[in-house]
Amino acid sequence: MTKIGYYPGCSLLGTAREYDESLRAILPRMGVELVDVPDWNCCGASSAHMLNHELSLSLPARILSSAENKGITDMLVPCAACYNRFVMTIHELNEDSKLRARVADITGLDYRGTIHPLNILEFLEKRTDAVKAATALPFERNVACYYGCLLVRPPTVMKFDRSEDPRTMDDLMSAVGANPVDWAFKVECCGAGLSITSPALVGKLSGRIIENAVKSGAEAIIVACPLCHANLDMRRSAINKAAGKKYTVPVLYITQAVGLAMGLKEKELGLHRHLVKVRFPADRGAAQAPTHAQPAADSEPAQTEEA
Amino acid sequence: MSRIGVFICHCGENINGTVDCAKVAEAASRVPGVSHSVDYKYMCSDPGQSMIKEAIKEKKLTGVVVGACSPRMHEPTFRRACAEAGLNPYLCEMANLREHCSWVHEKSEATTRKAVDLIKSMIEKVKLNQPLQPIKVPVTRAALVLGGGIAGIQASLDIANAGHQVIMVEREPSIGGHMSQLSETFPTLDCSQCILTPRMVEVAQHPNITLHTYSELESLEGFIGNFKAKIRNKARCVDEKLCTGCGMCAQKCPTKKISSEFNAGLGMRSAIYVPFPQAVPNKPVIDKDHCTFFQKGKCKVCEKVCPTKAIRYDQEDRIIDVEVGAVVLATGFDVLGTDFFPEYGYGRYKDVINGLQFERLASASGPTLGVIKRPSDGKVPETVVFVACAGSRDPAKGIEYCSKICCMYTAKHAMLYKHKVHEGSAYVFYMDIRAGGKMYDEFVRRAIEEDDVKYVRGRVSRIYEEDGKLVVKGADTLLGHEPLEIRADLVVLATAGVASSGAEELAQKLHVSYDSHHFFAEAHPKLRPVETNTAGIFLAGACQSPRDIPETVSQASGAASKVAGLFSQEELTREPLVAVVNRTAPPLYSTCTGCGLCMPACPYQAIEMEEIRTRDGTVVKVAAKVNPGLCQGCGTCVALCRVKAIDLQGYTNEQIYAELMAL
Repeated sequence: MTKIGYYPGCSLLGTAREYDESLRAILPRMGVELVDVPDWNCCGASSAHMLNHELSLSLPARILSSAENKGITDMLVPCAACYNRFVMTIHELNEDSKLRARVADITGLDYRGTIHPLNILEFLEKRTDAVKAATALPFERNVACYYGCLLVRPPTVMKFDRSEDPRTMDDLMSAVGANPVDWAFKVECCGAGLSITSPALVGKLSGRIIENAVKSGAEAIIVACPLCHANLDMRRSAINKAAGKKYTVPVLYITQAVGLAMGLKEKELGLHRHLVKVRFPADRGAAQAPTHAQPAADSEPAQTEEA
Repeated sequence: MSRIGVFICHCGENINGTVDCAKVAEAASRVPGVSHSVDYKYMCSDPGQSMIKEAIKEKKLTGVVVGACSPRMHEPTFRRACAEAGLNPYLCEMANLREHCSWVHEKSEATTRKAVDLIKSMIEKVKLNQPLQPIKVPVTRAALVLGGGIAGIQASLDIANAGHQVIMVEREPSIGGHMSQLSETFPTLDCSQCILTPRMVEVAQHPNITLHTYSELESLEGFIGNFKAKIRNKARCVDEKLCTGCGMCAQKCPTKKISSEFNAGLGMRSAIYVPFPQAVPNKPVIDKDHCTFFQKGKCKVCEKVCPTKAIRYDQEDRIIDVEVGAVVLATGFDVLGTDFFPEYGYGRYKDVINGLQFERLASASGPTLGVIKRPSDGKVPETVVFVACAGSRDPAKGIEYCSKICCMYTAKHAMLYKHKVHEGSAYVFYMDIRAGGKMYDEFVRRAIEEDDVKYVRGRVSRIYEEDGKLVVKGADTLLGHEPLEIRADLVVLATAGVASSGAEELAQKLHVSYDSHHFFAEAHPKLRPVETNTAGIFLAGACQSPRDIPETVSQASGAASKVAGLFSQEELTREPLVAVVNRTAPPLYSTCTGCGLCMPACPYQAIEMEEIRTRDGTVVKVAAKVNPGLCQGCGTCVALCRVKAIDLQGYTNEQIYAELMAL
């Protein structure tokens, strides 16, 4: 078992419990064990960076330092918002030694720069072979891989994949047998930043993402961020209301999709927690009980207005 | 005892703003050997130069130190002034008080102290300076012009018309460059081919121009007035003397589905081809990568149909040696492909094209014979969106500069579209409209006001295909930043102009400097815009930075006049700052031991071994000797020589040591 640091952040213990559950479910099959960062705190993603610059750096810096003290070098951060804050913080602290000293003063901990945060896609990409080897029931679905904004932007700091047309998730989904569709909204804004102030706009923005995914023939949208998931899944009724449609396309965390391909049970992966039921147009097995042998041959076009 | 004159320049506020120039002059006057020291506001001006000249005469100065700017610009100025006053110009040196001191430090005591140190150091050097004589070299009165676009054509014609030989090298099978691909030209909308093709013919027929198409520069050696170039004539596989240009071969060639470079990928050509009907020379070439015979060993259709039996499959590349006195670089530019833009579909959408492709669509000689049809299905587009600044002025894309030509050609494109499709809608997304130039802004206004092109100030964030249309997402920043979506049939990206492929490699071959975008660098951005830092190599056109036709033509004529000026001289003078291997009296003859290590170290092949003989011809010693005509004064041999038998005139080891000791 390889041990790797783990920062779940607030989402994975709350609204995105199924992300945490599905991650923990697939890890043993890849020979990875999580080591929690001790005494972790909020990363500050939701508001700190809008309110207080020092606070927005000190919160992640404290987590990074605690992890370093625990001897963690690679730290898995499944939430894209947390991940973004960590990378931004490291970038700023590396750029400015005065700021680094100031932040060390605030947190009372020295950030040494030995830690490397990993987002879920980086983490899985490095283990593509293991994922492939553990695939028992290929996820033979047309999927729209939705990256959102936080994993790739700002590109000069994140330095992850191609900022306008990322490939990592598509490649991973291909590896577990899925067919990633070519669509236009991979990194489009879902409106998460306006969730509180302008929910109607979020419904509209997220709705367009769903619309384009469905039009492109996607049978499922795959995400790697709890905020993306919340907007595309939790807000579905608002989206449908705004669009005047009844979109039923399910939204899965990549860990859930990989889990299904590994033949894990729906419950183990927390699929029952979604508001939009994880159901696929034709009974092809992937989302069903893993006892189903091989998926059926024919496929049905993507659903748009299923009742 | 030396009598050195020290002249401290204020350079307006540039030096005096942070350095106390009067104090520096005063400090210099107390250095032993200095007999005159003054400061003045502008030493390079006429009164400033007069001060130097008068002091040389009155005080009988044996050396001059000017504390001013970088010697790059004004060393020749001050040396000339000294020469006019009768002092050997190489006894004058400059201390760089501006770039090395005032510009890089705050105003303080220490800054002034540093200036004094720089002056002192130079005084000690000048004490050891020896009078030198410039080296005279002959001039080969022939110019090599690299590139056969409008820049190369204009430069060649001007040089040739001045009565000098021109060797023009073009890597494509025909001359004409990008201009031959254009439809109409702004701001007059006259046909590009109509004004260009006569010039192409003139080049081909000019008695003073030797044309090498489908050829590339292999190497260039030598120096101003005396270059030796090797040109590779790539094998056309066609005997140019026998070929009449009838076109039968291209007509019968069975391989016809090759993307045409001339049509910017929007048309097809055969494996044996002439790029376009008006090509000069009108002789085909065989594209070996696509020719069935070269790929599979069978076919030879062209050989069978050629009425003059001009096909030569066994033709090989030829290397031609030429001697020239000057080189004009006119290698042009490229435009980015649409695949550079992930947010605009990474080149996946057939109906997202770049400006050059639109030129071909609009051109009477293009694949659609001038009818605007979109590439995907050949339909006439009802809505066309033009995106200016695609890549340009975008640090995130690594292209900070303005490509300069796009504002104008986008207005032209939109106008041409509206002229051809009256009912169609044309939108232009722009950041700013940069229409500086004679009749330029009027042209853009005409597009907006008379031709009803809708200009939207805002950038396009994304283009994607939906229901057979291209959805262009942008914002209208003048109308309350409202997000805007246009469902277009065709999108034209005014993609950034970038350096021509292979520009960096060519620059290295020629030892000319280039910028971070691989555009060739001029010697001075304002005062020497057509010269490079390598003497005898000049620039014309978009190889220096993106530019339009009028500017390119003016610059090409500028470069040509520089070449003609160079060729008007009987012989050239070169700086005598070259390496010299010492010679002494017998029995030593030279401290050189003849080890020969310096020969391979010399980057210019300027060192040879000389046999020193007695009167009866007996060889008594073999010692290295530097050819002053070839030596560039780099000093590599000086550093390498184990017995210190080599020294650099003007920068001897003794002088450098004296400079250091003064600090």
